[in-house]
Amino acid sequence: MNLSLKSAGSTGEETFVDLAHTPLRELNGALHKLAADTNRTLWKIANPAGRHAIAAGLDVPVTIEIDGPVGYYCAGMNKQARIIVHGNAGVGVAENMMSGLVEVKGDASQAAGATAHGGLLVIDGNASARCGISMKGIDIVVKGGVGHMSAFMAQAGTLTVLGDAGEALGDSLYEAKLFVRGSVASLGADCVEKEMREEHKALLAAKLEAAGLLGEVDISEFRRYGSARTLYHFHVDNVSSY
Amino acid sequence: MTDHSNTPRATPQTLPRASATFDDYTLSEIRRAAATGIYDIRGGGAKRRVPHFDDLLFLGASMSRYPLEGYREKCSTEVVLGTRFAKKPIELKIPITIAGMSFGSLSANAKEALGRGASAMGTSTTTGDGGMTNEERGHSTQLVYQYLPSRYGMNPDDLKRADAIEVVVGQGAKPGGGGMLLGQKITERVAGMRTLPVGIDQRSACRHPDWTGPDDLEIKIEELREITDWEKPIYVKVGAARPYYDTALAVKSGADVVVVDGMQGGTAATQEIFIEHVGIPTLAAVRQAVKALQDLGMHRKVQLVVSGGIRNGADVAKALALGADAVAIGTAALVALGDNDPHYAAEYEALGSRAGAYDDWHEGRDPAGITTQDPALMARLDPIAAGRRLANYLAVLTLECQTIARACGKSHVHNLEPEDLVALTIEAAAMANVPLAGTDWIPGRNGGF
Repeated sequence: MNLSLKSAGSTGEETFVDLAHTPLRELNGALHKLAADTNRTLWKIANPAGRHAIAAGLDVPVTIEIDGPVGYYCAGMNKQARIIVHGNAGVGVAENMMSGLVEVKGDASQAAGATAHGGLLVIDGNASARCGISMKGIDIVVKGGVGHMSAFMAQAGTLTVLGDAGEALGDSLYEAKLFVRGSVASLGADCVEKEMREEHKALLAAKLEAAGLLGEVDISEFRRYGSARTLYHFHVDNVSSY
Repeated sequence: MTDHSNTPRATPQTLPRASATFDDYTLSEIRRAAATGIYDIRGGGAKRRVPHFDDLLFLGASMSRYPLEGYREKCSTEVVLGTRFAKKPIELKIPITIAGMSFGSLSANAKEALGRGASAMGTSTTTGDGGMTNEERGHSTQLVYQYLPSRYGMNPDDLKRADAIEVVVGQGAKPGGGGMLLGQKITERVAGMRTLPVGIDQRSACRHPDWTGPDDLEIKIEELREITDWEKPIYVKVGAARPYYDTALAVKSGADVVVVDGMQGGTAATQEIFIEHVGIPTLAAVRQAVKALQDLGMHRKVQLVVSGGIRNGADVAKALALGADAVAIGTAALVALGDNDPHYAAEYEALGSRAGAYDDWHEGRDPAGITTQDPALMARLDPIAAGRRLANYLAVLTLECQTIARACGKSHVHNLEPEDLVALTIEAAAMANVPLAGTDWIPGRNGGF
């Protein structure tokens, strides 16, 4: 592949792109053209400066390291790629991710991992409101806390929070599984605390291991939350919840 | 006349009089609500009489302009959507598209038939809440992929194999409302596509999970363009409520195409009260949307698609004359497939309805096999024959629209203009911004009224 990026120089398998000089369109376009067996498997991105949609729409098993803060929808709809943000992430990081891994070394803004179907999202800092909203199978591990309405209408997958959760956790929850180590300000409609059985401990251990945290935290400190399933059918008795 | 008989006469009685306010339908709804404690849900669009395209007339050619000869002089109908930013705009042969309707609310056979009919006529069809099926992709030569708040089934592979993307902000039947699909229709396949448990009453969110407002939408559209390498036209669909501002904000957000859906536009299932009382008629929305585009200098640069109550070629021609680039049909397309067909009159009555009035689409018991996931009912709809009926209907709409356009002296249906129209009522004149028939009075213009 002939990458004509003004400030980009390729050294073997590592490609360097400076977004201070290279248009985002060129970067994303080049990433979309990578073949599945490309040997350019490591990309380092400098000066993201909060640009939106960096590394969105990837479908190739490469590693992208972004040195600095990113704007909205970084790694949106990601498939296969491993994307590491050495900074904070704006709204909707890894939204609708299908597979792969996204790591945010700083904090994440609202709607982290929104609607995502698969893959693993690890946030070293805190995640803001609506983390995991409408998630559909992704695994999210937040080392800090999550804001209000997190896991709203979450359908499938797991949300693991090492810190605290804000108001209305898991409101209108479907089948996603929520694990919180710290306090929960309040539970949303139809979200209840559930027994932490052995299979849930094993599930949590697997997610923590994937996030590189196995052995670093005590699984017994977590509580499990899930859907009471009382809102799965419209009924006059639930009118106060509608 | 003087009564000379000695026979005593009964005191005259007044006839029983039903209340116009508390009419039979209203009384029945009060009783239903009292018995169940929950609102009425139905499919379709507004059923009440509202100002509509019937309240407009074309003037036709006269001394000051001459008509085109039918069958001999060409009247073109092609439309290109997405010329603003997309590398690959959609090219349609007719100005009539098929509106978004989901697999789930509709059967797989119905979706296939829509694709077949639309493709035969060189136009597009649209997915709905629930994702894209291989059947509809396979049978639709041009397929618009809806990007909805629920994001059910949303994935980058389907995004990339779509011909256009429609970001749905709202729909005419329920501006501000989310989707609804009751458990009877959440079969294993539908549930799998939506990542939901089988048989639950599914609620779709009313707003998008990761953006709010036009500034965010601009960023969202940028993301969708980046993911698809700026190839696909991006539509923004709004329910008609504040069409002037919504259209302007959609343009500001970077839309290639704005879709405005009036209150007559249908839905799979929503509260009756929502359908009839939220949003404005299609007629009232078109000129406001066009004015927004004109004020921004974007008319014909950002295309406008209008939907909600389009039934015949006159409706198509009137929407285009008011400034739309194309129309979309939903309810009419379903009727063309076979919805509410008198052939199933006895079965509709057995369901407590009648052919022509059946709207309990959410219950999944549609005798015509269209709004159902029941395999036995679904099998009643032959997708090839139904697709042929839709193609025929689209051909008639197009011929009718051409007939009117030629009568107005237009060599392309897009050359129709507001000056070709008058209104039958003051309300329609004010909404459409055309003169009341027989006058030069446009209510609201030049300080009048």
